[in-house]
Amino acid sequence: MFGLNKKDTTFLLIVIGLTLFTPILMQPFAEGSGLAQFNGGYPDLMQKVAIFGIFAVGFNILFGLTGYLSFGHAAFLGIGSYSAVWMFKLLTMNVIPGILLAMIVSGLFAAAIGYVSLRRSGIYFSILTLAFAQMCYKMAYSVLTPLTNGETGLQLALDDPRILDKAIEGSSLPVTNIFGLAMNSTYKLEVMNHVFTFSVGFYFCAVIAILAFYVAIRLFRSPFGMMLRAVKSNQHRMNYTGLDPKPYTLAAFVISGMYAGLAGGLLAAMDPLAGADRMLWTASGEVVIMTILGGAGTLMGPVLGAGVIKYLENIFSKINETVLHSWFHWLPDGIEDVVVWVFARFTGEGWHLTLGVTFMLVVTFLPGGLIQGLGHIRDRFKNGKKKRDKYDDPDPDHHPAPTKRVAGE
Amino acid sequence: MSKTDLTRRVSRRGVIKTGAIAGAGLALPTIFTSGARAFTNEPTGGTVTLGFNVPQSGAYADEGADELRAYQLAVEHLNGEGDGGMLNTFSSKVLEGNGILGKKVGFVTGDTQTKSDAARASAKSMIEKDGAVMITGGSSSGVAVAVQGLCQEAGVIFMAGLTHSNDTTGKDKKANGFRHFFNAYMSGAALAPVLAARYGADRKAYHLTADYTWGWTQEESIAAATEALGWETVNKVRTPLGAGDFSSYITPVLQTDADVLILNHYGGDMVNSLTNAVQFGLRDKMVNGKQFEIVVPLFSRLMARGAGENIKGILGSTNWHWSLSDEGSQAFVKSFGTKYGFPPSQAAHTCYVQSLLYADAVARAGSFNPCAVVEALEGFEFDGLGNGPTLYRAEDHQCFKDVLVVRGKENPTSEFDLLEVVEITPAAQVTYPVDHPMFAGGALGDCNAG
Repeated sequence: MFGLNKKDTTFLLIVIGLTLFTPILMQPFAEGSGLAQFNGGYPDLMQKVAIFGIFAVGFNILFGLTGYLSFGHAAFLGIGSYSAVWMFKLLTMNVIPGILLAMIVSGLFAAAIGYVSLRRSGIYFSILTLAFAQMCYKMAYSVLTPLTNGETGLQLALDDPRILDKAIEGSSLPVTNIFGLAMNSTYKLEVMNHVFTFSVGFYFCAVIAILAFYVAIRLFRSPFGMMLRAVKSNQHRMNYTGLDPKPYTLAAFVISGMYAGLAGGLLAAMDPLAGADRMLWTASGEVVIMTILGGAGTLMGPVLGAGVIKYLENIFSKINETVLHSWFHWLPDGIEDVVVWVFARFTGEGWHLTLGVTFMLVVTFLPGGLIQGLGHIRDRFKNGKKKRDKYDDPDPDHHPAPTKRVAGE
Repeated sequence: MSKTDLTRRVSRRGVIKTGAIAGAGLALPTIFTSGARAFTNEPTGGTVTLGFNVPQSGAYADEGADELRAYQLAVEHLNGEGDGGMLNTFSSKVLEGNGILGKKVGFVTGDTQTKSDAARASAKSMIEKDGAVMITGGSSSGVAVAVQGLCQEAGVIFMAGLTHSNDTTGKDKKANGFRHFFNAYMSGAALAPVLAARYGADRKAYHLTADYTWGWTQEESIAAATEALGWETVNKVRTPLGAGDFSSYITPVLQTDADVLILNHYGGDMVNSLTNAVQFGLRDKMVNGKQFEIVVPLFSRLMARGAGENIKGILGSTNWHWSLSDEGSQAFVKSFGTKYGFPPSQAAHTCYVQSLLYADAVARAGSFNPCAVVEALEGFEFDGLGNGPTLYRAEDHQCFKDVLVVRGKENPTSEFDLLEVVEITPAAQVTYPVDHPMFAGGALGDCNAG
């Protein structure tokens, strides 16, 4: 089906199923219970997971297949956001033109930056992309302030032209929509003390994420994808057989840049503000961490990594000392303070520490990322305690395991 | 395609079916938006949730920590715990210490990281996940402007914390946003006469400015106010936020004939730039036969503590200082000191006051509906909150009150006693018309209840 083999079709259908039920899967705890703190099924987080999933899937096309580690992908995310917001300001609040422009502009930038950076490989390539991204960031931050509104970020204003939306009058800011259906409209469903939020914005992101994911599968399985793998395994040998790897790597760079632009455009569509922080090197590093944490070179891994990181960022960072005290109030006073102090290092503003520890553990014990861990678990269930090593699996990259816990791909 | 095929494809039943589905699709938005609630996050249970969105990391983390302390104190007082603080001195007496409208006040906190993106994400999760009905906080004007925009879209009230840029209630003002803190224009208007009186009317000023909305408007305001009194502006240099080391920006100052350095920096940035300037011997220099002077237009005690010795004798302006002797300030300093063991900063003060003002407005309006709250706050006149008689102007949602001109104390008696009040500039002197060019552009729009 859809030009996929049977196994991939099942995989895609599972992904679609999990995605559609994300608002339920990410809201496992009853409202008002002590664990409600850990519910992640609110629109902003679900949208972020889907959007950064797209970003990471795109990044993986470059990094996972060709092995070129770009340290400046956030630049395309930012460029996508700025393009989309300008479209909302000038043309219409309908998100489609904005997202299209975001992809085109970031694709152009990717072609230019890729053309220069891909003259080198390895660490030099990484440094070049990093330098370009920092240049974009600095320009957006100060030099190009008329275009980007500097540190405050580009925002909508009441007196924007919005040529196609002239009919809508009023003195409050319009919201982004798709043919009249507002992105921020939600439907809340209450079932047995659980509140499930279904939002238009999330399902819009989810549909695009599924499309992006489908394109990625096709790309992974195509002869083009095979060429990219060849670049990764041995570029010299490829040269000797008479193939020029450059057009392939440049194409991969532009495609992954456009994925980043799409993600940036979607971010702006969900929340029409584009800030320069989005292009900072830490944001570029984040997508690298997402991809490696989930499993570079696999289809599902980057999405899983994006989900885990965004969940940690949004949920763990909100567990402040007051919350911790309410959890541990049953402990004797002195011990309570010590326990709360220890936990507070890992939650609240210390969530980066939790992320760092998780990352270290994964890289040390599961070099293939979380997806490898899930593979181990699946094998346990299938084959009992029989020992297995990586040589048993003919090609793990080609058979990524579908996962139980997909956070809104 | 044969005829039978075509008729099968567009049968009458099919058309009706499609029409019905399309109709249902078109009707969806109205089903989605018109819920049972009258406005965003209407509190239904016995508690009401407020969102405290402050920087817990980055250049303004110290301010953020102090703001959070103030918010927790305000929540205690609103819920009738503790000694009541400024509730006892507040001119409006509708708050009874039983929460807000009988609902217990709860709160959630978030980290803005002093980044617009992170701040909006944090505020969004407070609104969407935790059901916050009001967002407050922020130690950076860029963040305040971004979050204010978000609150306007989401239909909740935004009570700005420490934000000093003209834009917050100028070109970026929003109907759902309110600012109690003073702004850059007021700093200029209060500071310039004092500067001219002490340093003379023929000075040459060199500006170092934090490169974002607050820095720009403060630079503009101070330059305009001092130039009106005869000063000359030699140069204006923009520095990135959180630069850490400013020596490369200080050396060029020595090569000009400027005799005053104006540091439009705040928080950790100001501590670093001032330290660098003193290290380069600027304060011991004589230029044009005059003593070289440094001015820090926006001062705070936290910064003074960070800068240590270097702050002595330096002039600046501030929104509030704990040494003020009025009844409200005393009550606040007492309850803050009892709880935390040291006096509050101006950031803590403005955040505490904003929480009380919000609660009071809800109580007076008898509803949490943002539009009712906006109506209650607009044109509200009050007293007893530490700044003397104050007006919340209806046209731009800016508070008008006295501004303090302060100076780094030469002989501090304690580690908190670092600033002394030089002059209290009356509100009338810092009031400006709504259509002042520095605040032009932008419009409040209508209040949004979600």
